[in-house]
Amino acid sequence: MNGRIKISVIAAGAVVGILATALTVLGNPANMGFCIACFIRDIAGALKLHSAKPVQYFRPEIVGLVAGSMIMSLGYKEFRPRAGSSPATRFVLGAFVMMGALVFLGCPLRMVIRMGGGDLNAFVGLAGFFAGILTGIFFLKKGFTLKRAYEVKGTEGFAVPGVLILMFILFLLVPSIFALSEEGPGSRYAPVLVSLAAGLIVGALSQRSRLCMVGGMRDAVMFRDFNLLSGFAVIFITVLLGNIITGSFTGFSTLSQPVSHSSQLWNFLGMALAGWGSVLLGGCPLRQLILTGEGNGDSGVTVLGMLMGTALSHNFGLAGSADSVTDGVYKVGGISTAGKATVFTGFAVLLVISITNCRSKK
Amino acid sequence: MIDARGQSCPIPVVMVQEAVKREGFPAELRVLVDARVCVENITRFASFQGYTVSVEEASGEYTMTLKRK
Repeated sequence: MNGRIKISVIAAGAVVGILATALTVLGNPANMGFCIACFIRDIAGALKLHSAKPVQYFRPEIVGLVAGSMIMSLGYKEFRPRAGSSPATRFVLGAFVMMGALVFLGCPLRMVIRMGGGDLNAFVGLAGFFAGILTGIFFLKKGFTLKRAYEVKGTEGFAVPGVLILMFILFLLVPSIFALSEEGPGSRYAPVLVSLAAGLIVGALSQRSRLCMVGGMRDAVMFRDFNLLSGFAVIFITVLLGNIITGSFTGFSTLSQPVSHSSQLWNFLGMALAGWGSVLLGGCPLRQLILTGEGNGDSGVTVLGMLMGTALSHNFGLAGSADSVTDGVYKVGGISTAGKATVFTGFAVLLVISITNCRSKK
Repeated sequence: MIDARGQSCPIPVVMVQEAVKREGFPAELRVLVDARVCVENITRFASFQGYTVSVEEASGEYTMTLKRK
């Protein structure tokens, strides 16, 4: 095993787990204390970038994550505006990572939270995620790079966080101009200030600890470095304990899991797409938000790509639909033909990006 | 000198890993990075490979010297 496991990663993982449980108890949808894909999708809905009525809400957690990271990075002199590392490619990758995640119904962080909630479908997602990461690692070893970023003016670093924060203030002052769900997951949320505070805390801790869902497995496989993976494990354990303590744990099963489907092939492939794309981006969706807060313009563009990806997912019916029970009959959810085509298109796009961005070996 | 400035995670570590392999565990390696997270990652990797690491910072850039123990 390589080096020490940092206490900050363990602490961040535990706090993420505790706050994820708390947010669910206080109103967020089940097994959705945190979900970067779902929350960005909800924000896309609130901004009327898509018109799926059940998933429209300006999630304060996202604003908190970016702002928390920004406060910490300013305080520790790690706020370093930089950009220029293949931004258009990153935009496209961000969009496909979200489309893959929404086929599965959750980002890598929610995948861990769903695992802790006893959702066995998420374990299938984990297997796909791992396969995607291994694919990404293959290309990293072949010399994949999106080329270097350069130092830029401060405004570049503040651009995306600034717009996000201003929009959130507007949401607090004039909520009526936004589209907001009256039913469905978008209508279930913890009190605004609690969500914002939870986001700020997790954003701050993730900035300090470099917590990253894709980094955990990637570093374990590539360098036998288990530092980040420990955070991943601690989130799972904390959420599991949290669910048991709050009485919402009903055992491990694939059936009737909250906002989840049991079309296992698509759980696997959706997360494989998200995992591969995240490795190419250098970090999971959570990490992209944290880097955006540190002034990384490339990650800011990635987040905008993610926003676009979630909007496209819902405008064109590409996202997975959850299992449901109608008139006593259990109906397995899953994805549409268009969704399936998009996953394969995503793999093709990632393959092209992976191959064409490999450095020639010296 | 390995110039890993501006590279995304974990490419700076991959560059060091490649150099260590290519040069057959050289006695000394120098790496230039521009983010503290890269310093942390390379330090963890290098210490596992049996290197001691010293770091010099100048205007937001870090010159890392890896010496085989």
